[in-house]
Amino acid sequence: MSSRADILAAIRAAGPAELPLPDVTRLGAVRYPDLRDRFAKSVAEVGGRCIFVEGTLEEALAGIPEYAEARKVVALVPGVAKANVDLATVGDPHDLRDVDFCVLPAEVGVAENGACWIVRHGGANRAAAYLTQHLAVVVPSSALVHNLHEAYARIQIPSPGFAMWLSGPSKTADIEQALVIGAHGARSCTVLVTS
Amino acid sequence: MTDHAQRAASFVADDARLHWHDKAVWFVRNKRDVARSFVPEWEELRSLGSQIKAHTLSRLADYLEQFERNALAAGAKVHWARDAGEHNQIVHGILRERGVTRLVKSKSMLTEECHLNEHLEENGIEVVDTDLGERIVQLRREPPSHIVMPAIHLKKEEIGELFHERLGTPVGLSDPKQLTEAARGHLREKFLGAQAGLTGVNFAIASTGGVVVCTNEGNADLGTSLPPIHIACMGVEKLVPSPRELAVFLRLLARSATGQPITTYTSHFHGPRPGAEMHIVIVDHGRSAILAREEYRNSLKCIRCAACLNTCPVYRRSGGHSYGVSVAGPIGSILAPHVDAKKHAGLPFASSLCGSCSDVCPVRIDLHHQLFAWRGELAARGLVPVQKRIVSRIAAWVLARPWAYRLVGKLFRVVGPRVPNPWTRQRDLPPMPRESFRAQWRKRVQPR
Repeated sequence: MSSRADILAAIRAAGPAELPLPDVTRLGAVRYPDLRDRFAKSVAEVGGRCIFVEGTLEEALAGIPEYAEARKVVALVPGVAKANVDLATVGDPHDLRDVDFCVLPAEVGVAENGACWIVRHGGANRAAAYLTQHLAVVVPSSALVHNLHEAYARIQIPSPGFAMWLSGPSKTADIEQALVIGAHGARSCTVLVTS
Repeated sequence: MTDHAQRAASFVADDARLHWHDKAVWFVRNKRDVARSFVPEWEELRSLGSQIKAHTLSRLADYLEQFERNALAAGAKVHWARDAGEHNQIVHGILRERGVTRLVKSKSMLTEECHLNEHLEENGIEVVDTDLGERIVQLRREPPSHIVMPAIHLKKEEIGELFHERLGTPVGLSDPKQLTEAARGHLREKFLGAQAGLTGVNFAIASTGGVVVCTNEGNADLGTSLPPIHIACMGVEKLVPSPRELAVFLRLLARSATGQPITTYTSHFHGPRPGAEMHIVIVDHGRSAILAREEYRNSLKCIRCAACLNTCPVYRRSGGHSYGVSVAGPIGSILAPHVDAKKHAGLPFASSLCGSCSDVCPVRIDLHHQLFAWRGELAARGLVPVQKRIVSRIAAWVLARPWAYRLVGKLFRVVGPRVPNPWTRQRDLPPMPRESFRAQWRKRVQPR
């Protein structure tokens, strides 16, 4: 027998009687009186920065020092003046090793954990989101939800494809529990909430 | 002494270090408590997590088939491995056929369990663990001591010395920020030079055929977005029915592990990225045998958060290496004897049965009950050391006879402190009371 058949047979033979699947939708999950405020606090707690965009996106970006200093900028949202890399023309993701700043759109933002759902990331060149030194995520305020249950009810996971929750900058605490921001990925993460 | 106690002896000998370790690990347990306090429905969430896993395990073969169908449809290749050896052969086969000699890995306890690194290195493949803690212990040529924080047993000065020798950092550098920066530079080159990336799997979604990987550093993402090959290795128990259930576990996992509301990166892979290939290796390695045993079945619910390690008074004071297995702590102590009961017979005794592990477990595994069940089973199978068996027999005999209990109590109050006892090697017995509890009670109720 093949390993596949062996394993499945062994699992079937182990046979616990079927148990019911509980209904997750009946859980009364946490909700917040002020969604925007809780989202901003969560982003700060995971080491990010949350900015509510009042004017144009570019004006908000200009206030981020890492953006102001950036030379090589990838943007997958319109209205980023300094964007100078078109991911569609990059043949090898290794060429993105020196990206300074990357701006990604998010479909959903979750108040309980500051996570943003990223689906548009450059596909074959999504390495830009990880190689970049600094990251900004743009999420409309109408896309904010209270908790992860509401979030999954709203999103469509791409298949085939790739998507992720991104919550703050890359971090580690592997050396004596000291929190260090900027492990392998972005050293900073700014979430820009647009109206 | 059990093997665990023997291995713990050197760790325990350094008293200051022991207390430092205890505090460092307890700090993480406290962070978990704080994170949990922000989720009013936490206890209900734990119950849901437990029930979802129970359901999934009861239909596991169906869910595996569904997962495979959907994963294939998304463009992944699916491999099945009965045991560690077959798993290692499959991974090596994929790499060999494509001429890969440089592999980057993100954290996978399964590959630790299978000793994949050693197998690949023997076959001439450079394997670089890219999680910072894992890289540290890999450079030291030792196993991780904790499943979430692999280098929790090390001090920053030791890591500084290691990095000086291996990465060329200045002598005496011990600032975590600067050491992390050095590792970032070192590992960036490894990511950029890798020909394939291997990851573990936190959750596999049956209804979509995707795998979900959680990291804080972003190492799994760099390792899978640069090289053209992604290999994801998972135990059969990693399945969840659909994204709706996944939400429950993502809310539980990071809060239980490190006190974070979610990990920085929670990546959902459905098939390879355009122009690349993705392989999923599904591994049994003893899991179906655990599933067949009702009293131990719940241990397959484990999501590897390490909350039971962080809360365990024995783990905190004996260190992860004292367990001698890839998964330490209470969960490791109930999983390891399934693989080799004789070799790991000491582990179920590395517990005070205080039950704290069961209290913090996000999927309500009855850890301390299983530890207790193992003790009984090991004794019945004759795998408990002879002294322990004799002492237990005598204790059982005495405790069943009130007159013998009274007599032994009287005797022990006098000679107890003088009897050689392994327990008193690191600690003193409290001063013996002059009278038994019964005698003191009688005086209070019927004063003379």
